[in-house]
Amino acid sequence: MSRERAINLLLAGLLLSVPLAALALGELFYITLATRMAILALAAVGLNFALGLGGLVSFGHAAFFGIGGYVAGIFSSHAFNQTPLFSWPFEFFGSDQMPAIWLAAMLISALIALPIGAISLRTAGVYFIMITLAFAQMIYYFAISWPAYGGEDGLSIVVRNGFPGVNTAVPLIFFLVCYVLLLAALALFALVRDSRFGAALQAGRQNETRLAAVGIAPFRIRLAAFTISAAITGLAGALLADLNRFVSPSMLSWQMSGELIVLIILGGTGRLFGPVAGAMLFVLFEFVLGGLTERWQFFLGLILLGVVLFARGGLIGVLAGKARHG
Amino acid sequence: MKKILAASVLGLSLSASGLAYAEPVKVGMITTLSGGGAGLGVDVRDGFLLALKQAGNTEIEVVVEDDAMKPETAVQLADKMIQSDQVDILTGIIWSNLAMAVVPSVTAQDKFYLSPNAGPSPLAGAKCHKNYFNVAWQNDSLHEAAGAYATKAGYKKPFILAPNYPAGTDALTGFKRFYTGELANEVYTKLGATDYAAEISQIRASGADAVYFFLPGGMGIAFMKQYAQSGVNIPVVGPAFSFSQDVLGAMGDAALGVKNTAQWSPDLDNATSKAFVESFKAEYGRIPSLYASQGFDTANLILSAAAKASVKDADAFRAALEAADFKSTRGDFKFAPNHHPIHDVYVREVVKEGDVLTNKIVGVALEDHQDVYAAECKM
Amino acid sequence: MSTALIIEQLLNGLQFGVMLFLMAAGLTLIFGVMGLINLAHGSFYMIGAFACAAVAAATGSFWLGLAASLAAAAAAGALVELAVIRRLYDRDHLDQVLATFALILIFSEGTRWLFGSFPLYLDIPQVLSGAVDLPGGARYQLYRLAIIGVGVLVALGLYYLIARTRLGMRIRAGQSDREMIAALGVDIGTLYTMVFALGAALAGLAGALVGALQSVQVGMGEPVLILAFVVIVIGGIGSIKGALVGAVLVGLTDTLGRFLLPKLFAAFLGPSEGATVGAALASMLIYIVMALILAFRPKGLFPATA
Repeated sequence: MSRERAINLLLAGLLLSVPLAALALGELFYITLATRMAILALAAVGLNFALGLGGLVSFGHAAFFGIGGYVAGIFSSHAFNQTPLFSWPFEFFGSDQMPAIWLAAMLISALIALPIGAISLRTAGVYFIMITLAFAQMIYYFAISWPAYGGEDGLSIVVRNGFPGVNTAVPLIFFLVCYVLLLAALALFALVRDSRFGAALQAGRQNETRLAAVGIAPFRIRLAAFTISAAITGLAGALLADLNRFVSPSMLSWQMSGELIVLIILGGTGRLFGPVAGAMLFVLFEFVLGGLTERWQFFLGLILLGVVLFARGGLIGVLAGKARHG
Repeated sequence: MKKILAASVLGLSLSASGLAYAEPVKVGMITTLSGGGAGLGVDVRDGFLLALKQAGNTEIEVVVEDDAMKPETAVQLADKMIQSDQVDILTGIIWSNLAMAVVPSVTAQDKFYLSPNAGPSPLAGAKCHKNYFNVAWQNDSLHEAAGAYATKAGYKKPFILAPNYPAGTDALTGFKRFYTGELANEVYTKLGATDYAAEISQIRASGADAVYFFLPGGMGIAFMKQYAQSGVNIPVVGPAFSFSQDVLGAMGDAALGVKNTAQWSPDLDNATSKAFVESFKAEYGRIPSLYASQGFDTANLILSAAAKASVKDADAFRAALEAADFKSTRGDFKFAPNHHPIHDVYVREVVKEGDVLTNKIVGVALEDHQDVYAAECKM
Repeated sequence: MSTALIIEQLLNGLQFGVMLFLMAAGLTLIFGVMGLINLAHGSFYMIGAFACAAVAAATGSFWLGLAASLAAAAAAGALVELAVIRRLYDRDHLDQVLATFALILIFSEGTRWLFGSFPLYLDIPQVLSGAVDLPGGARYQLYRLAIIGVGVLVALGLYYLIARTRLGMRIRAGQSDREMIAALGVDIGTLYTMVFALGAALAGLAGALVGALQSVQVGMGEPVLILAFVVIVIGGIGSIKGALVGAVLVGLTDTLGRFLLPKLFAAFLGPSEGATVGAALASMLIYIVMALILAFRPKGLFPATA
């Protein structure tokens, strides 16, 4: 077993043990904190499909994160009020069941990601970073000024959406739901990374001409990666809306896109568990510093700066040594 | 764990010494203490803590945390304060969108929420809750008062503008509820915009006889400075938010003479308010804003209720809050059935006292004003 | 709709564009020469505004404040370059994003620490107050005309600097081949520090000029930063000419969109509804324009030669 794999196992175990320990100590809030870590990690795993495998630095993934959140909010509000979401070709009243919401969140995120990706992938490098930002900003301003679902005030979810057979209102159960989804996404990531598709994607990141020479069009595999990436981030958005019982345009803001990128770098770019390590660290910093001082953002900045300058390769990079990029 | 232990030890010692309070109260304050909007949060917090200090009160324990103006952070802090700090009451939120994120889940967990600033319309109407009290105002109130003032002042063709988001559209709707005449134009700007040259050019060309705007925070400062510099001299009316003590310093003489509507002013003539202004100046070295007065009122409301009933007995405590048996800086203060204030709204004018810009009351816009959403509230 | 109003709106758009150009020029220069994505560029804008407001309040002179804003932003830029940015040139863009994101947090909270939570006061200088009459019956504010003038001067100055001076030659060399100029014996460290400080000073100048029109407060730099990025991407990263064209394009699009779209929609939907829908579309407009331009010109309007 490689050192990185041991660290991955340790991280997965650590994240699982937080809520269990919290339960034993009667400190329920730490379950919420761990759930938040798992959901942010899931969103960043989504982004990692594009960023880690394909080298596509999307500065607009908050769009998909927020769309997922809005799907959860809109579906559950229609189900709760029994008003139809649309009445043609059939009457649809939304849903308060997580599986249906997740599916819709992933599908809608993917459908919106397709045209965005198709246009954005014509560009590269910094242009790609900025054009993805532009699309996210369009959706952000749309959400702010669209009054039907609360505009800037956002949309509340009165009762957390359900999952067949379990009671999601119990914090530990909701954590486990998120945790299992996170593991599933990580497994998918590992699978894709080691597949022919993943190999082509990574080859395209390093040398585009070589890829074209063996007859693979980088555009199509990148578009596929971007779409999968958006779907998973959308799923995480639906979960975050359920955790907060609330969704608002701030989930769509460029700061959120930046935060998702920060999570990946903080954990270790190109690592399977980078997003997990990054999300755990970031939430922990935010929580501990926020409790200590009202100037917590200043110190958070100092810590992040320290990580870039002195801990190259993020947390996993420091712990596991240099990555063997494949 | 340690905190809870300390709190219960404190509780024991207090009940042993037999003070007037039925039970120690733990208050969680989530407010904005960083970034561009920090001034409002700092004022609410300072006003709140001043009231506690004056009451010589140690059995109300306050946990203060910064929401950085982000709804997600506010929700997380509310969860933390309820689950980990075990607070009985939450308060402190400045912005409507954060209140909409936090309040429903707080009240659903059987905790009290007392709003010292934001008053979004759903929480006053269809989504009102027995454990939610608004000590400041329903969002529309000051805009309605401005509409009433515009009618009274005889303006025939006001130009009105606000940012394009729910509070902005609510603001202009509120204005139009009490001003039903002709409008020169109704303009919505981008939220967070800081350049209003295009809008000011439109104002100049519109033939308006007055300008009403709702642009909170830095937007209002930018608008007012640019308006004064542009040389357009159509009279301006605004809600107090853009002419409050926290922003007047940055606006400078550009604000002089502007009429604005507020439920409180530093020169309000009642003993509580005067004592509050003096003690706030002595403590913090600045004139309090209306946000500070709202924080001060919120703390005094809690103190008055805690003296009557135990916070653990929710029904009794709620009844004590409803009675609003405290000395408000506003003078007369009572709650409507939807737990929002019934109070007078004044017209103030920005004046200069020595070197310092502040406000002076010049009239009453609406007496015993109550919001229109109460009818939709079923508690 | 009178001609006067249209002239005024065009000038408003131009003035907004010029302000964006001051921000974008530094950003694009830093990217072109050092290949660095600097998210903290908005912080220099804020530092310039705060320095100007503080010095103007202390001395009563806007002009001293303006000088202070240039000095403070350039000093902050040089300091940041020496302490942090220098270590990031050979890293990938992601590390630069994280580091400069961290710098935003540090500068914003640090500024609030120094200056408190309330916005500062800064007014336009007396000589530039008032408005002037223009042909067509329009009246335009003198100070805003002065900003347009400053923008033109800076554009000319940068053109001269880059095309005609020794420093400019090195900058151009750095843009096309970084190893080469080191081999030529140019002290590349000093060159980079100077370019970075120059970019920061331009942002600080923009902050001070605009601070007199707006509110000098923490966080004022970020919205402008995003717009400046839009500008340099539209113009072609690394190109000063592109930044100028992009800035004027964005300034005009935004101003005219805000002005005309609500009127357009009001014709179909009635005044209230039309105003909100038009305003919503207007706030998305520059991003729509940017996406369109990049869809057809993936490297912007004036791709840099490198």
